Amino acid sequence: MFENVGEIVLLFWRTLLALPQAWRQRQKVFEQFFEIGNASLLMVCVLSFFIGGVIALNFGPALVERSLANAVGGVVGLAIAKELAPVMMAILIAGRIGSAMAAEIGSMRVYQEIDALRTMNINPIYYLVLPRIVAIALALPLLVVFSILVGWFGGAVVAEFNNRMEIPFKAFFSDLKNLVALKDVANGVFKSFCFAVIIGVVSCHQGLCTIGGPRGIGRSVTKAVVNSIVLIVIFDYLLTRLLQQ
Amino acid sequence: MNRSNSHAAGVSLVVRGLRKSFDGQPVLDGIDLAVQPGEIFVIMGPSGSGKSVLLKHLIGLEAPDAGEILINGESISTPEIAAKYRMAMVFQSGALLNSLTVGENVGLYLTEHRLKPPAEIEKIVAEILADVGLKDAANKMPAELSGGMKKRVAIARALVIEPQLILYDEPTSELDPLSSVVIGNEILDLKHRIGVTSLVVSHDRDLAFGVADRMAVIAEGKIVTIGTPAEVKNFPNPLVQNFLHADFKHEN
Repeated sequence: MFENVGEIVLLFWRTLLALPQAWRQRQKVFEQFFEIGNASLLMVCVLSFFIGGVIALNFGPALVERSLANAVGGVVGLAIAKELAPVMMAILIAGRIGSAMAAEIGSMRVYQEIDALRTMNINPIYYLVLPRIVAIALALPLLVVFSILVGWFGGAVVAEFNNRMEIPFKAFFSDLKNLVALKDVANGVFKSFCFAVIIGVVSCHQGLCTIGGPRGIGRSVTKAVVNSIVLIVIFDYLLTRLLQQ
Repeated sequence: MNRSNSHAAGVSLVVRGLRKSFDGQPVLDGIDLAVQPGEIFVIMGPSGSGKSVLLKHLIGLEAPDAGEILINGESISTPEIAAKYRMAMVFQSGALLNSLTVGENVGLYLTEHRLKPPAEIEKIVAEILADVGLKDAANKMPAELSGGMKKRVAIARALVIEPQLILYDEPTSELDPLSSVVIGNEILDLKHRIGVTSLVVSHDRDLAFGVADRMAVIAEGKIVTIGTPAEVKNFPNPLVQNFLHADFKHEN
């Protein structure tokens, strides 16, 4: 992965320079955007509900035993908004959408479709990379907002019906509101925007440098997902440090 | 077709001392050739002799280690060349974009460069598809087409550019003899109809001798001979003779 960092940064820079063309490519951006939404929404819903539930289940009883029942909503709310929703959704999208991007662009590279674009003076960065990165950068933060809301709901359901907590819905959300500020949600959304750019650039880069036949495409898909996840975790730490200051 | 009147004449192409190596392995080893405007020039040679790599240099997909390529006397390395001269390439596989319909593939150049309004693009695409005998294929996906149809769509896509130079990479590979003749006739027809310069890379002997004005045989990255089909056929070189007359041996 690290030997390609220069190429990845260069692709990111070229995509930034191409950004003024994004409006011209809006049709492709919308197509990609809806594809990301369609492919992920149900999965995001299920995953977020159970993440919220499991956080409540892990921390709730321990807090209640120590007479800290009024902290459960806040702990679940903060953990989901600042950390779990952005990171888990980014990992999900890297696996589901990043892999599809690398496979599609990789197959276009192997079967000379990208060469054909070049012979027609069509820049593959404008035509293929830009719409995908813009679409994922818009879609992932929205999915994360949705994930945060569903995760909170999942936590509240478990807190209410688990007999070791039995915290009413209203109390859970009232405690959550006391501890979680809008800034915390904004932090999570900002992180997810950065993760989206990472997934888009890494996956498109892997697709564009695919060589060989079907085996090469498979290798690119694996590398796109693994490299995206590694970078998401590294950047998660760096961004958390940055946002704490 | 009315559109053919708008085509500019074919361009001349000169290649001088072209060299290219991959991982220290020379693939093109000093290629020199000249193609006249409006000529059909065929390059033949065994597999791995550097034919396709040469084509990629001519269309600007590869940069040479040494040597130069001139279109109408101007180097293709100058930035303005792409805007000044229209060149197109028909890939061996067709290289159609599988996510687009045939019509969208053919009109892609005009759509992406916003050269015409959508209704006019649709009309041009229909005309060009009719020219290559595929008038009902506009809404089909590339996966629904046969090998020969894909090649004809690729030619249609190249024609939309109104090219002055068309490069064909193995245009008849994987095709049955009838489809090969259709493609060969299409290449000849384009020369007569729009005067385009054509450079065809192939190891199909029937196609090469059927369409070429002049031809070259390339082996191990070097030009072995250049001339008219008759001159090449009679060139007294064992490699050329073996390549042109390779046949099965039947023992009774």
